[in-house]
Amino acid sequence: MSDKIIQKQDLPDFLKSLKKTYEVFAPIKENGFHRFKPLKGEENIDLNFTNTRLSPKSLLFPQSERMFEFNLDEKSADANIVKEAPKDYPPAVIFGIRPCDAKALRVMNVNFDNPEFRDPWWVRRMESMTFVGLGCNEPSSTCFCTSVGSGPFNEEGLDVLLFDLGERFLARTLTDKGEKLLDEAGVKKDADSAIKKKADALKEESEKKISSKVPTDKLKEKKVNDLFNAPFWDDVAFACINCGTCTFLCPTCWCFDIQDEITKKQGDRIRNWDSCMFPLFTLHASGHNPRPEKVQRVRQRFMHKLKYYGDKYNNGVACVGCGRCVKYCPVNIDIREVFKLMNDL
Amino acid sequence: MIEYVDKIREIAKKILEEKTVDVIIGFKKGTLPLMTEPTLINDAEKTDQLYWSSFCNMNLANYLPKRKEKIGIIAKGCDSRNIAVHIVENQIKREQLYIIGVPCKGMVDRRKIISFLDGKEVKEIIESDADITVKGKGFEHTLKKDDYLQDNCRTCMHRNPVIYDTMVGDLVEERKDPDPYDDVKEIEEMGSEERWGFFSNLVKDCIRCYACRNACPLCYCPTCFVDESDPQWVGKSIDHTDTMTFHILRAYHCAGRCTDCGACQQACPIDINVRYFTRKLNKDVLALFNSEAGLSIEERPPLDTYRPDDYDKFIR
Ligand code: SF4
Ligand code: SF4
Ligand code: SF4
Ligand code: SF4
Ligand code: SF4
Repeated sequence: MSDKIIQKQDLPDFLKSLKKTYEVFAPIKENGFHRFKPLKGEENIDLNFTNTRLSPKSLLFPQSERMFEFNLDEKSADANIVKEAPKDYPPAVIFGIRPCDAKALRVMNVNFDNPEFRDPWWVRRMESMTFVGLGCNEPSSTCFCTSVGSGPFNEEGLDVLLFDLGERFLARTLTDKGEKLLDEAGVKKDADSAIKKKADALKEESEKKISSKVPTDKLKEKKVNDLFNAPFWDDVAFACINCGTCTFLCPTCWCFDIQDEITKKQGDRIRNWDSCMFPLFTLHASGHNPRPEKVQRVRQRFMHKLKYYGDKYNNGVACVGCGRCVKYCPVNIDIREVFKLMNDL
Repeated sequence: MIEYVDKIREIAKKILEEKTVDVIIGFKKGTLPLMTEPTLINDAEKTDQLYWSSFCNMNLANYLPKRKEKIGIIAKGCDSRNIAVHIVENQIKREQLYIIGVPCKGMVDRRKIISFLDGKEVKEIIESDADITVKGKGFEHTLKKDDYLQDNCRTCMHRNPVIYDTMVGDLVEERKDPDPYDDVKEIEEMGSEERWGFFSNLVKDCIRCYACRNACPLCYCPTCFVDESDPQWVGKSIDHTDTMTFHILRAYHCAGRCTDCGACQQACPIDINVRYFTRKLNKDVLALFNSEAGLSIEERPPLDTYRPDDYDKFIR
């Protein structure tokens, strides 16, 4: 593909021209933290962030999504018929997504789009979106992407990768979608070899800055039962308050619950994020709960991410090392420590 | 506060060795400079894992309900009050506990430090009695702890544990008459619509993760009303009505029981100060019943008692 140049001073114009064709989502700082929001003007974008507090997964997999609607009015012709809730999928750009989060969407993709099942909403959104990544010049001390198959300038899941070189961005197109996007925005100037060299050096330098490493090499060969029955779970789980912080902030957690909500005769079938940390997650209609205590729920979260996912999909671990759960767990349960415990059991 | 560490370890070791208790609930050093992790120690040899700093912001009383063994628990002022609430509400027995009181000089709010640093990352901290030095790439600042305390700690009037079996240091002087309710009064003065707007705005980004509820020692119900599925009282989506229902109802369940320990606010991953809900109720309970939660293990919380001489006619 190709390496182009976008001058920083031209960024507002670039975004403006994108907005002619696309809905643009970008990191915006509000109430003290960054998150992806639709860009209204070009002025409120803020690229001075290590990562957004909430991951961009909600753009493809919203916390609450109306899937179907139905009408319970017997008098109406379509009574009791469940219909897909109308939605549109305008072309959209996720601008400034970090490489770990782009990789996370690939991790989730095996769940939502596979030979057995294709989640229609996920698939259509994936198709309608173009991902313009922003490499990380200053990774945080909690970033461990390089240990889990990604990196501060990893290309997986991206259509364009931006290298922040001070005055300008080098924009590396990685797919046809990416080519098309830069084309439409009128980005023509090619990067010369000196600039390309700078970009490569930046990448190398950033990778070296990742100070946090986790071991994963032995996870695959470990027996599920040995990990499941490992002696450390009570200790890992003690502090946990079983909240939804780690799973809701995580860019790879995909679990959901489906609920019908009815107002008068009009019903909606809604899909909501759920979390394996909640007792209700596994509660059976009989009242039996196979994961009655928090230790079982904590174990499930880590076993799913570090063992079951890899065993099932042969696709690494279901953690991209973004560090959100490390930073925001209120009681400092640190997945990096659990990597060590599980891998080195 | 850091000077308490040795004392905590010493006491913990002793009471485990002497079998006064089976386990100790305390804090250990966090993996991040501004964090600590609640921990359970059952081996006298491991008591050197116990730690104390100005970032022990979770409320350890939260870990008591349903426990059967004899427990040594580290308690700052607010934790001790929540322990008292638990005792009164039969969540734990006084005889089960050996309370290691920590006279508290207030917890430092990591968010205030993070926001002061505006994106720069803390790599290391050094605490002294009144100051905290934060270091990172290309910076070093020495900050006055008092300027970075959690909001609840700024106005806390019970920094010394109210019940304890031993104390790790000399009592600290209690604050004289701070007015904790300035901002509550401002909200009271709003019209009903403006007030609704204030609270709607407060929780508009709530992700219903329930960290606030789960960090709170008061929220020990076996099944919280929002988790009840048969019947289901509250919707599960992030619909505003359901989110508001959660917060308002939870706050009412805490009325007369909340110690304003701040754990709920500290736990929220997106910085929502849910104490705005509970503090109005604390203020009212104080004004109406002259009561503050957790100051005694004799008295039941004002909202679950009945007095024949109640001044309100409707209840007599
Ligand atoms: S498990 Fe934690 S570090 Fe890993 S991807 Fe999820 S939030 Fe990020
Ligand atoms: S690990 Fe931390 S963030 Fe996750 S549920 Fe437990 S307390 Fe909450
Ligand atoms: S509320 Fe009081 S006792 Fe509790 S941490 Fe703050 S200052 Fe200490
Ligand atoms: S509601 Fe908040 S401040 Fe009050 S006791 Fe619970 S956690 Fe502490
Ligand atoms: S912790 Fe924050 S985001 Fe989570 S439910 Fe409470 S207020 Fe909402």
